[in-house]
Amino acid sequence: MLIKKPSEIPFSEVTPKSAYLSRRTFLVGAATAGAAVAAAGPVARWLAPAPVSAQGQGRKIPGVVKGPYAATDALTPFNDVTTYNNYYEFGTDKSDPARYAKNFKTTPWTVAVEGEVAKPQKFSVDDLMKLAALEERIYRHRCVEAWSIVVPWIGFPLSNLIKRVEPTSKAKYVQFFTALDPAQMPGLSRGGLNWPYREGLRMDEALHPLTILCFGLYGEVLPNQNGAPLRTIIPWKYGFKSTKSIVRIRFVESQPDTTWNTQSSVEYGFYSNVNPQVAHPRWSQATERRLDGSFVGRKIPTLMFNGYADQVASLYAAMDLRKFY
Amino acid sequence: MVFSRIIKYFSRAVSTARTRWIKPPIFLLCLAPLGSLVWKGLHRELTANPVEFIRNSTGFWTLVFLCVTLSVTPLRRLLRRNELVRLRRMFGLFAFFYGFLHFITYIWLEQFFDLRAMLEDVYLRPFITAGFIAFVLMIPLALTSTSGMVRRLGGRRWQMLHRLIYFSAIAGVVHYYWKVKSDVTVPVRFAVVLAILLGYRAVAYAMKRRSEAGAGAKQSRDQAPKQVSPSR
Repeated sequence: MLIKKPSEIPFSEVTPKSAYLSRRTFLVGAATAGAAVAAAGPVARWLAPAPVSAQGQGRKIPGVVKGPYAATDALTPFNDVTTYNNYYEFGTDKSDPARYAKNFKTTPWTVAVEGEVAKPQKFSVDDLMKLAALEERIYRHRCVEAWSIVVPWIGFPLSNLIKRVEPTSKAKYVQFFTALDPAQMPGLSRGGLNWPYREGLRMDEALHPLTILCFGLYGEVLPNQNGAPLRTIIPWKYGFKSTKSIVRIRFVESQPDTTWNTQSSVEYGFYSNVNPQVAHPRWSQATERRLDGSFVGRKIPTLMFNGYADQVASLYAAMDLRKFY
Repeated sequence: MVFSRIIKYFSRAVSTARTRWIKPPIFLLCLAPLGSLVWKGLHRELTANPVEFIRNSTGFWTLVFLCVTLSVTPLRRLLRRNELVRLRRMFGLFAFFYGFLHFITYIWLEQFFDLRAMLEDVYLRPFITAGFIAFVLMIPLALTSTSGMVRRLGGRRWQMLHRLIYFSAIAGVVHYYWKVKSDVTVPVRFAVVLAILLGYRAVAYAMKRRSEAGAGAKQSRDQAPKQVSPSR
């Protein structure tokens, strides 16, 4: 399996962000110069609109330690991770979130943790970030649309928060809710989804050490388009199982309804584990396009549980994964 | 008499000259979507997933050109500008051109000539089946688009064959509608435009039938007393 112990890729081998960005700056400069020479200025501008800004607030997160899971795959460039997003609250085009989430207000921000817990409470993001040591985790992230990225996330296991609120014996599932603010989210009026965006995990999935509460990527706080100020990452499931911009976490007794499942239950199951053998009704899941900054990306075989089978296969030992897709 | 003939001749010359003059800039404008893709490709602005971007863009423009082609006839009737028909073949061929690029993007960039995966797609996935049908239906139209082929087939048969564009456009819009995950706004817009364009033809056809039938009925009424055996 591709999971290796930490320190297999030193961070020094990662192409520095500045290298990507300076290349980009050069290209944009060249494009601008070219456009200036062109007689038909407006046409050129229409043909090559200004690239979407790649930067979030760009605030660094201090004191991040190396986490125990670091995929050895080549990282997806920062610019790609932050300009190619599915975040329908801000629009269904991949470039919409970077464009329209720019001024999304993430401070102050509180997360209500409630339901079947002994200690329901509200947390500020700052409080949450202090719950445990922040780790860098390099995970493969596989979208249900058959593309994948590799991202150095920053966060800690969700179990730290779960233990803090002391779930009761009735807590069998955890449900997550994304913020819902029509004034700030232009996509809400036409995304066609069942808002607010909500997702759910079985308790053992939520407690699994791979499941993290994520606050940043590439050394800095999460850009808004990636789900600031906090989101979950569940690397063995399709990307939509990770909830962005979480405002509410609820512990419940029975399997909660989830947005994409209510949208189309034959296409998006509750589990939605990455599984090359179970095709989406409209496309194959056997392969994926790895977005690695090259022109067309590489088409590679999709791995069972996104390559995390050694860690998570036991959670589903007795289950028919064709039935529980 | 001579005077009116001169005017007629002159106006026809002008309209020919006008379409001749207007064709090259429209041709270049039709190439703009491709130019935009090339430009963005050279400047690495095709998003993190260029294959998806090229696929979506060429698919979108195929549908646009199908709709533009289908709007030539209604426009030339409503505006009484028959010379517009001179642009129709060009628009139709651009629809085929972008459809071909879309198809090539799928078989080359998307599937990399993986025949098995493609057959599986066409067989198992209705949205790909619909797209495939839409493209295949355009092929005979592109092949018979030359003036020589029009002559060889004969106007009426050629016209019958080229009505396949209706089915190609319908299959194309269905393909798009089935493909999107949740936001059907754009495919629905295409469906509305297509419904108007095809609806115009249905209404025009029904009106023509009725006026023919009316004329026919009138004629047969007039002729009835005289003729012993009314035909038809």
